[in-house]
Amino acid sequence: MAVIGGGPGGLAAAVAARERGAERVLVIERAEELGGILQQCIHNGFGLEALGRDLPGPAYAQHFVNRAHETGVQTLLDTMVLEITPQRRIYATNSRQGVIELCAGAVVFGMGCRERTRGALAIPGTRPAGVFTAGTAQRLVNIEGYMPGRRFVILGSGDIGMIMARRLTLEGARVERVLEIMPYLSGLKRNWVQCLQDFHIPLQLSRTVLEIRGTQRVEAVVSVAVDDRMLPIAGTEETIPCDTLLLSVGLIPENELSRRVGIALDPLTAGPIVDEGMGTSVPGFYAAGNVVHVYDLVDWVTLAGEVAGRSAADYIAGRVRPAVHRLRTCAGENVRYVVPQWLDPESLALGAQQLQLRVRRPVEEKVKVVVTADGVEIAHKTERYVRPGEMVTVKLAPELCESLRSAQELQVSVLKP
Amino acid sequence: MIEKKSLICVTCPMGCRLDVSLDGGSVVAVEGEGCKRGLAYAQDEIKDPRRVLTTTVTIFDGIHPLLPVHTTAAVPMARIPELVAALRKVSVTAPVRVGDVVAADVLDSGIDVLASRDIQRR
Repeated sequence: MAVIGGGPGGLAAAVAARERGAERVLVIERAEELGGILQQCIHNGFGLEALGRDLPGPAYAQHFVNRAHETGVQTLLDTMVLEITPQRRIYATNSRQGVIELCAGAVVFGMGCRERTRGALAIPGTRPAGVFTAGTAQRLVNIEGYMPGRRFVILGSGDIGMIMARRLTLEGARVERVLEIMPYLSGLKRNWVQCLQDFHIPLQLSRTVLEIRGTQRVEAVVSVAVDDRMLPIAGTEETIPCDTLLLSVGLIPENELSRRVGIALDPLTAGPIVDEGMGTSVPGFYAAGNVVHVYDLVDWVTLAGEVAGRSAADYIAGRVRPAVHRLRTCAGENVRYVVPQWLDPESLALGAQQLQLRVRRPVEEKVKVVVTADGVEIAHKTERYVRPGEMVTVKLAPELCESLRSAQELQVSVLKP
Repeated sequence: MIEKKSLICVTCPMGCRLDVSLDGGSVVAVEGEGCKRGLAYAQDEIKDPRRVLTTTVTIFDGIHPLLPVHTTAAVPMARIPELVAALRKVSVTAPVRVGDVVAADVLDSGIDVLASRDIQRR
């Protein structure tokens, strides 16, 4: 079994596959060490769900790196996978071995996601130095030991942006503003409190960057209020002097390799279409973690990675039989997307299954999450509130197996009671 | 006079909204907590707000120039700048193991600062 990427998703898959009996499991990682992006996420808040402990990112990574070594997972570091064929032939390269060719019985994708950049937003203005994604700034400050600027504006209220606002302030920089184009926060509420409010950093909703100014280096950004169609409102411009603009404007699953294999991707998640075992549209290929859809918590990435790893181990051992009938899941009222996109009703005979979803709009009051099968309600739960930045899950009980055998489509809606 | 205050619990990523009733500055009731930790958080947040501090210290001879570190418990928020300044003067030498004590009993609080990961020698 080959795992592409040694972050939390890939490591969880590798360890789970070894525990399920896969004999040879190799993690191929392009960085010089395992752990993925967790190594630069030095803040705490990781592990409460998966490990029952509150750990900083590197400590959470360390736990799974150690587990991988203990369970006999092999690793190939500093190695870039260039291409994978549908027959699972893997071409990779590193500076020690040149080009390597490997053949895998099953492949687990664990490439994670990457940040949207200035190019994805098309912000007008000059192109000076001093425009970074929040994650790049995080790596510079937390791993390499460089401060990317002194006076910051942060565009986007994603978690990494807010966490960097706090980090930069603690390191002596001034964070002038966090601007968010949507009328609500895009990251976790707790980060608004502990990263912005604690340090008196203003958050301005329904505002974005209209223009970047500066010749050699960023000298100012011009912010502007937007209307409900997200178009700039003339007369609301504000020029904010600063030397650095950080972008925390969303993450996109990284699927160049999957696409070249011919794996079907979901345009809503930008990740592979998966079944309840994290199997993709091409037999023998599985997907673990943020490469499928962007999770809010690493703990869920770990659990999803374990599912993918076990499925891949079963595939290698010939324990996977193709589904006779599968249900399509789809998004209803106030739901942006649902994962997995396919569900084999027979999987419920082995235990409860979980649907994961993201809402389109926040609702700060009690809501009902309703699952219907061909229009008939089969499961529901109450949430005290829903927020686009926080994933919602709903369980399907094993008893539903029988009634879902003849159904075609599952729809999930989030309704006000 | 009962005063109402709304807080967001930061103990875990759930971010529960806590509706706190105060009488003369003391917490008399909390609603909305998802677990027991929310009650303790509300008490602390009104009287003595505390946060876990995570930062980095210099590491010599390691595969990276910085070692991520964290406090073993939440420290008084007002003293965090002081603690950050003190940790700026701390340095260690590789190898370091996750959980190694980097600074003991900081701010005379009984709280230690620990390494957040292993860092091998370069």
